[in-house]
Amino acid sequence: LFVMADEALFQFLHNEVIQYIYKSSEHGEMENGRCITKLENMGFRVGQGLIERFTKDTARFKDELDVMKFICKDFWTCVFKKQIDNLRTNHQGIYVLQDNKFRLLTQLSAGKQYLEHAPKYLAFTCGLVRGGLSNLGVKSIVTAEVSVMPACKFQVMIQKM
Amino acid sequence: MSRQSNRTTDSKKMNAELFTLTYGALVTQLCKDYENDEEVNKQLDKMGYNIGVRLIEDFLARSSVGRCQDFRETADVIAKVAFKMYLGITPSVTNWSPAGDEFSLILESNPLVDFVELPDNHSSLVYSNLLCGVLRGALEMVQMAVEVKFSQDTLRGDNVTEIRMKFIKRMEENLPAGDEVHSRICVPC
Repeated sequence: LFVMADEALFQFLHNEVIQYIYKSSEHGEMENGRCITKLENMGFRVGQGLIERFTKDTARFKDELDVMKFICKDFWTCVFKKQIDNLRTNHQGIYVLQDNKFRLLTQLSAGKQYLEHAPKYLAFTCGLVRGGLSNLGVKSIVTAEVSVMPACKFQVMIQKM
Repeated sequence: MSRQSNRTTDSKKMNAELFTLTYGALVTQLCKDYENDEEVNKQLDKMGYNIGVRLIEDFLARSSVGRCQDFRETADVIAKVAFKMYLGITPSVTNWSPAGDEFSLILESNPLVDFVELPDNHSSLVYSNLLCGVLRGALEMVQMAVEVKFSQDTLRGDNVTEIRMKFIKRMEENLPAGDEVHSRICVPC
C-alpha cells in the first residue's frame, strides 16, 4: 500500500521558509511584525493560487456561510488532511475556526516557552485562508491565536467590499 | 456535473499544488531578497539541505526500506520510492558512469515547475535547486557524500529535466570511542 507523503514535504518546506524569513532579521517587535507580514503575504498568494484553478462557478456558493463551510471542510481537508473541528459565527461577518490539532503546530513542543513562537507557524496559514477567500470573492482579515498547543483558532473578519 | 464531483476533482487539484505554489512563492521571495541568481541557487541548495537532513528520517520511517547494498540500489530507491512518495513521480535512472559512481535521474515532468516560466532576467536561476540540497542532505545522514546538480532543465529550454548525482565518498559515522567501526549502509560497487 503506497501512501503519498506530500503533506510531510510541505511541512518541511513551511518550517524552512519560516527559518529563512527569520534568520536574517533582528530581534524586536518591528522586525517580528515584518516577518509575520512576509509569511502572511506568501500564504495569501498560495491561497489564491489554490482556488484559482477551480471551475469558476459562481453558483457554487449560496451565501457567505456556505463559503466558510467550504473553507472549513474541503479547503482544510485538502491542505491539512482534516476538517476544521468547530466553526462559530456571530452572523455579522465574524467567524472563528477552531482546529484542535493544527498540523503545522504538532511538531512544536507543547512547552510554554514555545508559545511565543507559535504565531510564526500560523502566519502563512492566515494568508492562505485570506487568499483563498479572496479568490472566492470574499475580502477578509484573518488572524490566529494559540491557547493550548496544538489547538488554535483562526478568526476571519469579513470586510464589506 | 454534480456539485459533489466538482469538489472531488478540485480537491485533488488543490492538494497537488500546495507544495508547488509554496515553492514558487519561496523562489519569488528569494529573487526579491538576493541580487543575483547564483545567490538564489545557493540559498535554495542550503534550504534543501536543511530539509533533506530531516526528511531522511521521515522517509526511513515510512518506507521500511532497508540498507542499500550499493549505489545502484540507492539510485533505485531514490527514483522509485522517494520521488514517488514525496513528489508523485518516478524519474528514470540512466547514464551510469563506467565506475558506477555517477548516474542521472531523468524527470519527464517536474511537478515543481507547473505553470512556471522563467522571466528573462533570471537565465542563471536553477529553479528547482532545492531538490539538489534535499538529496545531498538526506544522503549525508546515511553516510554518503554526494554531489548533485541539474544538468538539463525544461525551464531553460531542454527537453527533459536531468539531475546528475555523483558519489564522492562514504562518511564515517560518529561512534563512541571503543566501538568497532563496521561498514554500514551504502558501499559503492
